[in-house]
Amino acid sequence: MNWAGLYTVLSGVNRHSTSIGRIWLSVIFIFRIMVLVVAAESVWGDEKSAFTCNTQQPGCNSVCYDHFFPISHIRLWALQLILVTTPALLVAMHVAYQQHQEKKLLVLTGHADPKHMEEVKKHKMRISGSLWWTYVCSVVFRLLFEAVFMYIFYMLYPGYQMVRLVKCEAYPCPNTVDCFISRPTEKTIFTVFMLVTSSICIVLNMAELVYLVVRACARRGQHNSNPPSGKGSFYGHKLSSEYKQNEINQLLTEQDSSLKDMLRRNPGLQEKGDRCSAC
Amino acid sequence: MDWGALHTILGGVNKHSTSIGKIWLTVLFIFRIMILVVAAERVWGDEQDDFVCNTLQPGCKNVCYDHFFPISHIRLWALQLIFVSTPALLVAMHVAYRRHEKKRQFRKGDQKCEYKDIEEIRRQRFRIEGSLWWTYTSSIFFRLVFEAVFMYAFYFMYDGFRMPRLMKCNAWPCPNTVDCFVSRPTEKTVFTIFMIAVSSICILLNVAELCYLLTKFFLRRSKKAVNPKHQPNHENKEETKQNEMNELISDSCQNTVIGFSS
Repeated sequence: MNWAGLYTVLSGVNRHSTSIGRIWLSVIFIFRIMVLVVAAESVWGDEKSAFTCNTQQPGCNSVCYDHFFPISHIRLWALQLILVTTPALLVAMHVAYQQHQEKKLLVLTGHADPKHMEEVKKHKMRISGSLWWTYVCSVVFRLLFEAVFMYIFYMLYPGYQMVRLVKCEAYPCPNTVDCFISRPTEKTIFTVFMLVTSSICIVLNMAELVYLVVRACARRGQHNSNPPSGKGSFYGHKLSSEYKQNEINQLLTEQDSSLKDMLRRNPGLQEKGDRCSAC
Repeated sequence: MDWGALHTILGGVNKHSTSIGKIWLTVLFIFRIMILVVAAERVWGDEQDDFVCNTLQPGCKNVCYDHFFPISHIRLWALQLIFVSTPALLVAMHVAYRRHEKKRQFRKGDQKCEYKDIEEIRRQRFRIEGSLWWTYTSSIFFRLVFEAVFMYAFYFMYDGFRMPRLMKCNAWPCPNTVDCFVSRPTEKTVFTIFMIAVSSICILLNVAELCYLLTKFFLRRSKKAVNPKHQPNHENKEETKQNEMNELISDSCQNTVIGFSS
């Protein structure tokens, strides 16, 4: 499992996202993950081996490196990207659950042929009802994770700038020792780049949140002024939760009435215990 | 997520590009990305390890390296390639949006939609006209801008495109002035010139593609001005068909009326 695996998993979510969601996903993969893999990892590759302290004291180098870099930028970014992309899986799970329900409905209504089943798998879910809430939660969690990691970065590496020289006094270094960081300018450039893309992603997430809320309010306003006429896209209407519940209730009633008919025609069956409470 | 994944993403865009666009994409992948991955990365692999300064002063080497190489050539090229290839995704998104609209029309059972099945919509190649033309032209424009900006950044940062053998450094903590030696300067110069040359070829291809698109646009416009009846535009096919149908209906109505009156 690597970044390519994550890409495969999240491409599926892409289909059920809004347009802003798709742009966000492209920005994440191309400007953050790809830049991390092809460029940033090689910049930080020699961060420990080229970290030099002006001393011959054994152990001083390691201790000072550990003191100034509790967790490397690369690992922090990798964690950030993983945590920020995983809320989208909530949406994927919800969509899979809804598709499973649709398939069950098709089986119950007797439309369980391969063509309809494929249609269920391929069509795009409308972001309404409970899926809307799941989607909004995932966007909120993304925002939260982005903000938390940006704050952690700021706490660990104030100012987001990588300095050339750090003065270290940790044991076993004698007195104060000058330690020099490798490629500080290049690291600063990439830190700023990743910060900027992170901010762009935060803005995109906020825009998506606003868009979803506005759409929901607009739909509600339309709903109040025009009660549903039962028309709409084939699946969009068919699979609203009330319609589904109505269908299920209808089927249960039909099953119930056919059972009652059977019992009326064959009263002997009732001897085996009164199964039909409504008779 | 690496260059292979970018190749997969951009391969899809290839179908909706002009011939010059396809050549550009091939040049990008074979002469730039592939050269970067299989050759250039090895040349610059030991750039810091083998950067040697004539001093025993700890930290002097790090500081001098950082002073002369604020950002490595390899990273600059990687960023340049990423930025230059992403405007093509605008075109991919526009095409995907159009396809989605056609699929919606098809599913509604719209009579205007002339496709037999969804597979045909998926495979169809869109003509570069209308709003897609604007998107495509903008993407070429952005590509040009990014190429130019990065070439300028290169020139500005490294004072020309040549890698010197020796650099004199007097940044603290180096004592006085110290001689520092760059590893593989000639090989690096060769690859730098190669990448610059290919970048210039890509700029030329983009300019040619822009000219081609503009020429096609003006030609089409002048044809429309000369022959307003003939509308070869794909998007007006639906209106033409609808007009024909309306004409037929009104003709048949007239005939019926005439028939009744006689």
